[in-house]
Amino acid sequence: MMEGGLLFGNPWLHGLIMGVIVLSGAMGVAAYAVWFERKFAARMQNRPGPTEVGYGGLLQPIADLLKLLQKEHLIPRSADRPLFNLAPVLVVIAPLATLAVIPFGPGLVGTDPSIGLLFALAISSLMVIPVWMAGWASNNKYALLGAMRAAAQAISYEIPLLLAAMVPIVLTGSFRVGDIVAAQEGGRWFAFWPPGPGFFAFLLFFFASLAESNRIPFDIPEAESELVAGVTTEYSGMIFGLIYLAEYLHTFIASALAALLFLGGWQGPGPDGIHWMLLKSLLVFAVIFWIRWSWLRYRSDQLMAMCWKIFLPLGLVLVMASAIWVQLR
Amino acid sequence: MTVGTTYETPRAGERKGEVRTVNVGGMRVPYHLTLLERPDPYLDIDSYDPEADLMALNMGPQHPSTHGVLRVKLYLDGETCIKAVPYLGYLHRGVEKLCEKLTYVQITPIVDKNDYVSPMMNELAINMAFEALLKVEVPPRALFIRTVCAEIQRVASHLLWLGTFGLDVGGGIGGGATLFMHTFREREMCLDLFENLTGCRFHYNTHQVGGNRHDIPEGWDQKVKRALGHIASRVDEYEAFVENPIFKARTIGVGVIDPILAMELGVCGPILRASGIDFDLRRDAPYAAYDKVEINVPVETAGDAYARYLVRVREMRESIRIALTLLDGVPEGPISALKPVKGPTNVKPKPGEAYVSIESPRGELGTYVISDGSPNPYRCKLRPPSLHAAALLPYLAPGSMVSDIVATLGSLDFILGEVDR
Repeated sequence: MMEGGLLFGNPWLHGLIMGVIVLSGAMGVAAYAVWFERKFAARMQNRPGPTEVGYGGLLQPIADLLKLLQKEHLIPRSADRPLFNLAPVLVVIAPLATLAVIPFGPGLVGTDPSIGLLFALAISSLMVIPVWMAGWASNNKYALLGAMRAAAQAISYEIPLLLAAMVPIVLTGSFRVGDIVAAQEGGRWFAFWPPGPGFFAFLLFFFASLAESNRIPFDIPEAESELVAGVTTEYSGMIFGLIYLAEYLHTFIASALAALLFLGGWQGPGPDGIHWMLLKSLLVFAVIFWIRWSWLRYRSDQLMAMCWKIFLPLGLVLVMASAIWVQLR
Repeated sequence: MTVGTTYETPRAGERKGEVRTVNVGGMRVPYHLTLLERPDPYLDIDSYDPEADLMALNMGPQHPSTHGVLRVKLYLDGETCIKAVPYLGYLHRGVEKLCEKLTYVQITPIVDKNDYVSPMMNELAINMAFEALLKVEVPPRALFIRTVCAEIQRVASHLLWLGTFGLDVGGGIGGGATLFMHTFREREMCLDLFENLTGCRFHYNTHQVGGNRHDIPEGWDQKVKRALGHIASRVDEYEAFVENPIFKARTIGVGVIDPILAMELGVCGPILRASGIDFDLRRDAPYAAYDKVEINVPVETAGDAYARYLVRVREMRESIRIALTLLDGVPEGPISALKPVKGPTNVKPKPGEAYVSIESPRGELGTYVISDGSPNPYRCKLRPPSLHAAALLPYLAPGSMVSDIVATLGSLDFILGEVDR
């Protein structure tokens, strides 16, 4: 990619400036995603949602943030203090690091290395380690059960996620996200072209990333009717807010990746640019909310069975099919 | 007695058509449910496999899905439950003792708070017992009003159950919450009807010894028809919302109840009917105005959480039909057989005893009263259906996962206010 070229010709300076822009943009999107989700869920449930703070509750995320900042940071006496405090910070670092290689427009990216996609998937899957840390350090049985479920789920769903991401990689022949987007030029989005494997790979990627980011119907690690709040049971105040933020960032990154890999990224009818990228990723984001507020939850063993018996074989078949397509083309 | 209707949606591995039944103590019991293994609720956990790394998890009394303040001690091997011990009594308020201290007139608002999801049933049960003790004939208009109220209350109670079951299976921040909000919207309509009739939305104090306190106000029957017609159409929407593969995956085959065990434990109501026992006091021992109307009892033979869901949803439709039918035939006349009492000690039954049971939304709600001739009962024993339903838990939990225990708890639909009294 990089047809926009490096800003000032210096990769360090470019990375610094773009990093600040992308990170603050993503943080804002994550904060307003909470507002959007609350409004969206409220309309689905026949109620108005937040209305008090600002016009239509638009300042609600800021009020929530201020409230969380004021709250006392409680640490259980039996908790492992260093780990307990470190885990939420590390939980946030994983999605933030992933954002470095996610382009939101031509040139609008921290860096676009030749293994960009691999880096993004590898780093975002690192999130399971701090989640496990948080569950273990809380010294709470619900948190431990939640962490165990989270680890099992994340490790299992990593494989179908990678296999689904392999389809655009095979079709493009490159791990570079910019190349993958460029290969979808002219409306040949991988979700629709080649017909067949691309579309199923898109669905597979979507559902696997739902499971990766612990969203309904796969939100088993924090199933609050069973495990109270899963790994976040003992967390309070802003340190809980960090885990919460990481979850939303993770979901946003998953939808951004889905838009980049399968929906043509920032390309669209009319002028290309960040607006298409934001529109597409927010659309995927909204579908995730839609599913969240209308579906029920699976049981963990059913989830595992689905992963190993349906998603994994499907992913393998899709990679083979796309390889055959590339050979025959 | 006809047993063995099938699901509208056929299930994998289930035979269609009539289910084979066997005769157990005069009851037709589905044969496949009698083959269930019965776990040992008194398993000695100390002599259980010492190699197993068991974890004791106290679920409750402060837990989102124990429906109040039930505490269940779970012994978990991984996520599979080995033994479950329910601890009751966190909501004990000494209602039975209070009944001995208060007079017959004062008791009604106290028992309202027993089953706080269907207060109308508590009032009805206790006042019917007092009337049996006094040998008072309740005027037909009061009987009709009581029955209509009871059926609307049953709809409200089942709506609340459906919503909270959604929370248990789908989560409070997810699809379950959506279902919950919608069922509460319809439940609100039922409460509005009661508010119109009695002035109270929840703890009505509308039944009194010998009849009712509040007559039907102007235009109430039209409101009932409109609201119930509305709810009937919404129930179809809930079915469309709930009957998806995820809900079925979470409920089919979960918490299968052996009807023989259930009868041994005294469980009744929708739980028993979902296990294939065709038993409903409204039809089998009619009280109030239930003998004036035809009652169809929905029965399922699978005995799992999904069957209990189906039974309750069909009961909702049936209750709406019964209420609308009875509403058209409410006779004119007085609503109470006794003159309004001047003081709380005016009602004094002769020494004797009476047992009356009614079909509450959760099963047989019985009241046993002994009178010694004084203005307050000598003894008042309440038989709550929820207590017996909670007794099933140690048999259902072993062998299932934590998620299934939550779904089972939800499907049993016990109200802790009634369990502990």
